[in-house]
Amino acid sequence: MRDLTYGEAVNAALHRLMEELPETLVYGEDVGVPGGVFGVTRGLRKQYGERAFDTPISESAILGSAVGAAMMGRRPIVEIMWADFSLVALDQIVNQAANVRYVSGGRLTAPLTIRTQQGNAPGACAQHSQCLEALFLHVPGLRVCMPSTPQDAYDLLVTAVHCDDPVLVVENRTLYFGRKEPVRTDGPVQPMGGARTRRAGSDVTVVTWGAMTHQVLEAAEALAREGVDAEVLETPWLNPFDTETVIESAGRTGRLAVVHEANVTGGFGAEVVARVAGAGVPLAAPPIRIGTPDVRMPAAPVLAQALVPDAARVIEEVKRLTKAGAP
Amino acid sequence: MSERRLADLLAMWRIRAFEEKVRDLRAEGPIVGSVHLCIGQEAIPVGACGELEPHDALFATYRGHGWALARGVPARPLFAELMGRASGVNGGRGGSAYFTAADHGFHGENSIVGAGAPIACGAALAGRFDGSHRVAVSVFGDGAMNQGAVHEAMNFAAAFSLPVVFVCENNRYSELTPIADMVRAPRLADRAAAYGIPGHRIDGNDAEAVRFHVRDALEVAREGGGPTLLECMTERLVGHYIGDAETYRRPGELERVRRREPIARLREGLLADGVPAADLDAVERRARAEMAAAAEAALAEPPADPATAREHLYA
Ligand SMILES: Cc1ncc(C[n+]2csc(CCOP(=O)(O)OP(=O)(O)O)c2C)c(N)n1
Ligand SMILES: [Mg+2]
Repeated sequence: MRDLTYGEAVNAALHRLMEELPETLVYGEDVGVPGGVFGVTRGLRKQYGERAFDTPISESAILGSAVGAAMMGRRPIVEIMWADFSLVALDQIVNQAANVRYVSGGRLTAPLTIRTQQGNAPGACAQHSQCLEALFLHVPGLRVCMPSTPQDAYDLLVTAVHCDDPVLVVENRTLYFGRKEPVRTDGPVQPMGGARTRRAGSDVTVVTWGAMTHQVLEAAEALAREGVDAEVLETPWLNPFDTETVIESAGRTGRLAVVHEANVTGGFGAEVVARVAGAGVPLAAPPIRIGTPDVRMPAAPVLAQALVPDAARVIEEVKRLTKAGAP
Repeated sequence: MSERRLADLLAMWRIRAFEEKVRDLRAEGPIVGSVHLCIGQEAIPVGACGELEPHDALFATYRGHGWALARGVPARPLFAELMGRASGVNGGRGGSAYFTAADHGFHGENSIVGAGAPIACGAALAGRFDGSHRVAVSVFGDGAMNQGAVHEAMNFAAAFSLPVVFVCENNRYSELTPIADMVRAPRLADRAAAYGIPGHRIDGNDAEAVRFHVRDALEVAREGGGPTLLECMTERLVGHYIGDAETYRRPGELERVRRREPIARLREGLLADGVPAADLDAVERRARAEMAAAAEAALAEPPADPATAREHLYA
C-alpha cells in the first residue's frame, strides 16, 4: 500500500508497466522530458530513456504510429492531452485501431492504450471541456474506462495495457491533485469490467462514472440525512459494461437514475436506461438521466455551473424520482 | 520615423500592460482558468495589424489577446470577457483562449492547435465570391507547424492561390518542449518552398520588419499571387500558461530574452535617436493608466447571467 493521489497513482502504474512489460512505450506531447503537463509521466524518461519520449503536436502521427507499433508487437501507451484533441485524429482510433483485429480475422491486433483526460474545470473553454466517452463507446472494437479514485486510476491503467485490444483510459484533470489515498501497487489488479458499489442502499439505484462519482456520493450522503437511501453504483468500465449488476440493483430498488457529466442526448446514460428497460426490469417510476444539457460549454464559471450537474442537482432530481410513481 | 516608432511603442505597451493586468487579475481571482500571455511577442501583432483592411479576416490562437488589441478590439470588453462579465466580447462564453470579435475583423482565437489555418482559407475563398477579395491572416505557433491541419491548409491555399498570410510566431517552444527537438529542419519558413509559395524567416521582435513583410505578403495576396508564410522569430518572456514553472529554461536564458525583447529594444533605439527618456516613460505610463482604467471598469460590470447559458445554440 502506498499513499498516492490520483495523478501519482497513474504515474505509479506507468512505472510498473514500463518495468514489467518491456514492450511498452510511453509517448505524447510534453510527456517525456517535461514529465507531462500534469506531471503524470514524471520520471519515466529518466528511468526508461528512449522508451518514453516527447512528440510533435501531431495527434494523427501519435495515434497512427501507436496503431502501427502495436500491430508489430509493442504496447504503446500514448497520451492525448485533452480528449477534445483526439478529434483532430479520430480516424486513427475509429477507422484504424478499432478495425485491426476484426478485419484481419484475429491475425493482427492493436494493443495500444490511449490515456486522455476530459471534462469541465472552472474557466475552461468550449474546446477544453467536452466529455466524449459516448463517442468512443459507439465504436465497436474499443475498450473504454473512466477511473475516479487513485486505486482505479492505477488498476484500470494496468489492466488496459495488459489488454490485447485498443483501450481508451479517460482520466479527469480535476482529480489528479486530489487527496492521497492508500493504493495497492503490487500484485494482481482488479480485472476488466465490473461495477463498484460505492454506497449500498435500498430506495433508488444511481449509476455513475468518472469525476461525477464524487458529486453523486456527496448527494447520496445528503439524501440519506433526508431519509432517502440511495445505492450508488460506479461503473469505471463502460466497455465492457456490467449490465448485470445494474439490472440486479435497479430490480431491487425499483428506481434508476444515471448521472454523467456528458450532455444528455446520445450520452451513455441512454444506453444504460435502454438496457434496463430492455431487460424488463419493473420500475416504480420512469428512469431518469442527469447530465449536462445539450449545449456548448461556456468559459465563464458562472455560466458553466448552471449547466454541469453538481451534487445539489443530483439531490433535487433523485428526491423527485423517489417521490414519483407508486411508493 | 520616430513618430511611427513611438506609436509602435505605445501599441506594444498597451498589449503588455493589458497582459500584466490579466496576470494580476488571474492571481487575485477575478480571472479563472487557463491563460496564455503574449508578453515578449507584442511586435508581431503590432507590426501586422496596421496593414490590414477592415474587411480582412484575422484568425488567432489562445495566445491572442495582443492580436485582438492590435486589431482594435477595445480593452474593456476584453477584460470583461476574461472575467466572465455579461459585457464581455462574447458575454463570457469564449474566455481567455477562445473569444472572437468579428465586428473588429478579429475572427477568433482558437484553442485547438492549428485549427484556424483551414478556416482562414475559407475566409479567403469566400472573398473570391462575395467581391470583397479579403485577405485572411492565420496566426499560429511553431508547434502548430507539425499539425496536419496546417499542412493541409497551406497546400489548399497554395493550390488555389488563395489570399492568405500564414503568420507563424516561432517562440522556440511548443508548450514545454523546444521546437528544435521536434523537427529535423529548424527553419520552418523553408517549408513554404514545398508548397510553392514564398516563405520568409523574419525578426518578429521588430514591429517594423513585421510590417514590411506583412505589407508585401498582403500585396501579393491582393494581386492574386496566393499565400505567403512568414516565420516570425520571437520569444515569450513568460510561461506557456500562467502557472507554468518553466523548468525547461536553460540557465541565463531569460536574461538573454529580456535583452532582445521588442519593447526594450525599441526603447533603446529611440533613446539612441535622441528621444528623451521622459517621453518614453510617459508612453508606458499612458498605456498602464488606460489598461488599469479598462480593467477597473470591467471589474465593476455585472457577471454573465446564468439564465442565458443556453442561448445562441441554434438559429
Ligand atoms: C490539437 C491540439 N493538440 C494539443 C493541444 C495542447 N496545446 C495547447 S498549446 C500547445 C503548444 C502550441 O505551441 P505553439 O504552436 O508553438 O504555440 P505557442 O503556444 O508557443 O504560442 C499545445 C500542445 C491543443 N490545444 N490542440
Ligand atoms: Mg511556440
